[in-house]
Amino acid sequence: MTEVHSPLSSPDAGSGLHIDRLCFLDSGPFSLHASHGECVGITGRSGIGKTQLLRAVADVIAHDGECWLDGQACSSVKAPQWRRRVAMVPAESFWWYDTVAPHFPSGLTEEMTRVRLRKLGFGDDVGKWQVSRLSTGERQRLSLVRSLVLNPMVLLLDEPTSALDLKTASLVEEMVKELCCQEDMICLWVSHDLDQLGRVAHKTLTLHNHGFTEEKR
Amino acid sequence: MHVISLTASDLCLAAFLLLLLAASSYHIRLGLERRMLLSGLRMTVQLLLIGLVLKGLFASASFPLVAFMSLIMLLVAGYEVRARQKRRLAGVNGYLVSTGSMLISSFTVTFLALTVMVGVEPWYTPQYAIPLLGMLLGNTMNGVALASDRLTSEMYARRSLVEQRLLLGQSWQEASGDIRRDCMRTGMIPIINSMAAAGVVSLPGMMTGQILGGSSPLDAVKYQILIMFLIATGTGFGVLAAIWWISRLLFDDRERLVLENLSTVK
Repeated sequence: MTEVHSPLSSPDAGSGLHIDRLCFLDSGPFSLHASHGECVGITGRSGIGKTQLLRAVADVIAHDGECWLDGQACSSVKAPQWRRRVAMVPAESFWWYDTVAPHFPSGLTEEMTRVRLRKLGFGDDVGKWQVSRLSTGERQRLSLVRSLVLNPMVLLLDEPTSALDLKTASLVEEMVKELCCQEDMICLWVSHDLDQLGRVAHKTLTLHNHGFTEEKR
Repeated sequence: MHVISLTASDLCLAAFLLLLLAASSYHIRLGLERRMLLSGLRMTVQLLLIGLVLKGLFASASFPLVAFMSLIMLLVAGYEVRARQKRRLAGVNGYLVSTGSMLISSFTVTFLALTVMVGVEPWYTPQYAIPLLGMLLGNTMNGVALASDRLTSEMYARRSLVEQRLLLGQSWQEASGDIRRDCMRTGMIPIINSMAAAGVVSLPGMMTGQILGGSSPLDAVKYQILIMFLIATGTGFGVLAAIWWISRLLFDDRERLVLENLSTVK
């Protein structure tokens, strides 16, 4: 393993996502850089703060330090706008309407959304499905598509395939790889599955209390 | 019409009925008997004291005394609202929200009623000002307490859902909108029900009191209609103000849900 240093303090370090000395709760400082089209895998023991790191980057928990996206600081952008650009898909998703369709801000009529839903194994009638009858795996896949409707530049995925079988998980992996390759999306993918991170991520970082180490391939 | 004076033994007999209820509560292990008896005792002492205070206040009719009395009523109401919440805003904010929302609603509505509708001279005449304010504060207090308690409890219980909505780029108003609307309804439903049932299911207290005191039923009804509108308005705006204010304090300037601002009553 190689230690990752180089805390980024300048927004001029180029385009992409810069996490600059981010501290939250008792953890940090964490710094990392992800370029457009790059998927960064993040792993680490349970309870070390992987989810909190993503929540801090999405700016839903208080933190010190700063995140930059293409030279623009998180604190200089209105919070909802930042969260639409840097979309987090939590491990457990929550739903507040009875059926699936109303949860999609622009409905399910957009062709891109339909294509993505089909790629993840859903039919065109999924919008009418009752949320209360969705399985955990269905919720997980729909939650990913729901976030993609926002057209984010960064995707923060917290164990996005934990409730999926291998075949369905590979559909999600393929979709995220495509998003990175074809749409230049940046992805931070949190998982305990190093094999999976090896397949989807360009580099994998192990989270510790006060920084990252990079996993050697 | 001559008013029949009640004797101490009449009141003792009524108190005995409450004792019976407390005994039943003890028998079926409801656990409410202590609270019930303490509340009964507190109510008796408070009303006897206020009887004496009002007697002096009515005789003097001085503005500073009326203002002081109103302030005491407001502060006690603010304390009661906070005391009835399981999860309450920590620190001075909790008192500020409860007293502030009642100040905005009850005091404004009472002032408007005294100056424009009743038109009594001077407007702070205690025989009118204190009972009107008392009725408004009492009802607003109930509405604000119900709505606030529900809001803090719901925000805590459904924090993950609120955060999910924030993660989808919604503003704090959108993310908490459903919860806030539910809580506003909770605070307003009792007074809406009271209005709907007035005169058919129940004869409201003020009107009953006036009739027992010898007023003509029609005069009593007119005052009751006025007071019902005032109570509904005061409660409604008090609830709206409290819910908006508490919600705002539960989100920071980056629109993050900060439940650390809540303390739990054990």
